[in-house]
Amino acid sequence: MLSTLASASSPVTAAPPAPLLEVRDLRVHFFVREGVVRAVDGVDFRVNPGETLGIVGESGSGKTVSSMSIMRLVPPPARNVGGQILFEGEDLLAKTPDEMEALRGRRIAMIFQNPATSLNPIYSIGAQLGEILRWHLKLSRAEADARVVELLTLVGISDPATRLRQFPHELSGGMKQRVGIARALLCNPSLVLADEPTTALDVTIQAQILELLADLQARLKMSMVLVTHDMGVVARMAHRITVMYAGRVCESADAATIFNAPQHPYTRALLESMPRIDQSYTGTKRQPLPTIAGRPPNLLNPPPGCRFHDRCPEASAECRRLLPLETTIAPGHSVSCLKRGSEGIAA
Amino acid sequence: MSALLEVDGLSKHYPVFERRLFRAAKQSEIRAVDGVSFTVNEGETLGLVGESGCGKTTTARSILNLVTPSDGAVRFRGEDIVPVFKGSDRARMLEIRRSLQYVFQDPWLSLNPRWTIGETLKEPLRVHRPEAPESWDARVAELLQMVGLEPHHAWRYPHEFSGGQRQRVGIARALAIEPKLLILDEPVSSLDVSVRAQILNLLVELQDRLGLAYLYISHDLSSVRYISTHVAVMYLGKLVEIGPVDDIFTRPRHHYTRALLSAIPVPSPGEAQDRVVLKGEVPSAMRRPAGCPFHPRCAAALPVCATDEPMLMQPSAPHRAACHNPA
Repeated sequence: MLSTLASASSPVTAAPPAPLLEVRDLRVHFFVREGVVRAVDGVDFRVNPGETLGIVGESGSGKTVSSMSIMRLVPPPARNVGGQILFEGEDLLAKTPDEMEALRGRRIAMIFQNPATSLNPIYSIGAQLGEILRWHLKLSRAEADARVVELLTLVGISDPATRLRQFPHELSGGMKQRVGIARALLCNPSLVLADEPTTALDVTIQAQILELLADLQARLKMSMVLVTHDMGVVARMAHRITVMYAGRVCESADAATIFNAPQHPYTRALLESMPRIDQSYTGTKRQPLPTIAGRPPNLLNPPPGCRFHDRCPEASAECRRLLPLETTIAPGHSVSCLKRGSEGIAA
Repeated sequence: MSALLEVDGLSKHYPVFERRLFRAAKQSEIRAVDGVSFTVNEGETLGLVGESGCGKTTTARSILNLVTPSDGAVRFRGEDIVPVFKGSDRARMLEIRRSLQYVFQDPWLSLNPRWTIGETLKEPLRVHRPEAPESWDARVAELLQMVGLEPHHAWRYPHEFSGGQRQRVGIARALAIEPKLLILDEPVSSLDVSVRAQILNLLVELQDRLGLAYLYISHDLSSVRYISTHVAVMYLGKLVEIGPVDDIFTRPRHHYTRALLSAIPVPSPGEAQDRVVLKGEVPSAMRRPAGCPFHPRCAAALPVCATDEPMLMQPSAPHRAACHNPA
């Protein structure tokens, strides 16, 4: 089903400064009893080699579904209904399940949100990490153990040889997330997907894990997609940022531009609505926080026009009618907003 | 400002029995809250911060006797209310409960899914204002408007609302009987960023209008900075630092507070943050280190820190830290 859809689209030609991953017009819809929920509806983003892309958005914006579809792991009733995911020039949506199996964990790996549930409680750390190596790289048990110890050392776990024989319940939360990171890096993947990797952790442990990820990213020249709702975490980690809202991309740019010169009204409103830890609000300085009125649209039957129009301070009549397309307004900076020169299509 | 709520040496210890093979079970205790003292003044907000397991929620629940404190006093307008909760004077107990109300963290779990919003909001009135049932409907409509909802929402069920709207209902329920102090336990943690700001604004507006005092519990330090007048920091059941909000955030004295503050990623990319990354993790409350509970992770620890427990010094000073070697 998926492969017929993908092969119907035009053949691929790689662009000159080839991105490692390029997602084009991705559409993932949920087919539920009440109708079709357009969770991801025409999303584009790309990841360059050695770069961390932060995908930010609120719950329901489609950020997790987008990253899961890179792995082709969207569960029913969700289905991929269009677009391309070009990874090292190949369309992942055209691959067979066997081809995907060979690729997952080997060339693309994932770090999950909750380290307590993403490790198998009944296998030792050595057994469950070693299995990946034995399966993908056909290593022997001894070779696999040696590689696991090497990785556990890399992620800062003390006494790795002992940890090999321990079970997940014997490790603390931060330790488990380090094991989760080691597991993702076992086969030297070219791309790591991290979905809220520190959300389940306390702040001081989060700081340790972020420092580890940033250090590994720089040392191994890893490419990473970091999905999060925390603007502080992306500011610390991401080179480039894609902001999502209601299943579509609002704005993509390098991190400094997103924070210092955001163009899309949603990006601006989102940044302004956060209280800042480095600002005083005592006495007369405690003004009401700017808020975004209303709430995100129901994606079951999204209203026509821009998905943000009913909460947008700048919306005009055409915003209610036309869906803005992504437009490049400066090198590396693209925005989907009619007020910033985007083209609109009736949809 | 006069003190509305004074917590004095509050402790909650849980006995634990460690079963051991071939040996007698060992009895020890977890000191979830250990000698915590602070004051909440009328019309002010005290932010109570710390990581999971540090005892902030147990502290809050002990104040309302939702867990019975093991030791210490909780004075509301000068009167120790712990004996009242332990005693049998139900009328007096209800009177105190009317002044102290609780808003729960998770608006998905804290509303009864089978009750309409109106029924939920009438429940406190049924308990505390049984004499005037004819006034309940008008009060419900008033409460809904106070928190930015519509009177007709009273006929709806919780599942018809978003997280932010549910939290408004939780706040309305707490306000139903005109309390003086609200205990807000992570009221915005489960909400999205854009909705968070709406709820924080609502809390500030209600405080100004009704002269409420808040005990605001959170691990989200940016919202604490926004809403609090004073901040108390807890670590492993102990209060390690307390003071006016700007002092705590700009001149923290305790090394744990410094590490906690620098652990928050600031939304300004490229800005060199003076980062103090802590080694190791919070030890289990059952194996609390001797001396200062923070000393094994502290970069400024002295030999004395391993043996003597530091006390919060200078009871009269506004900004105090429990540290032998403060920054």
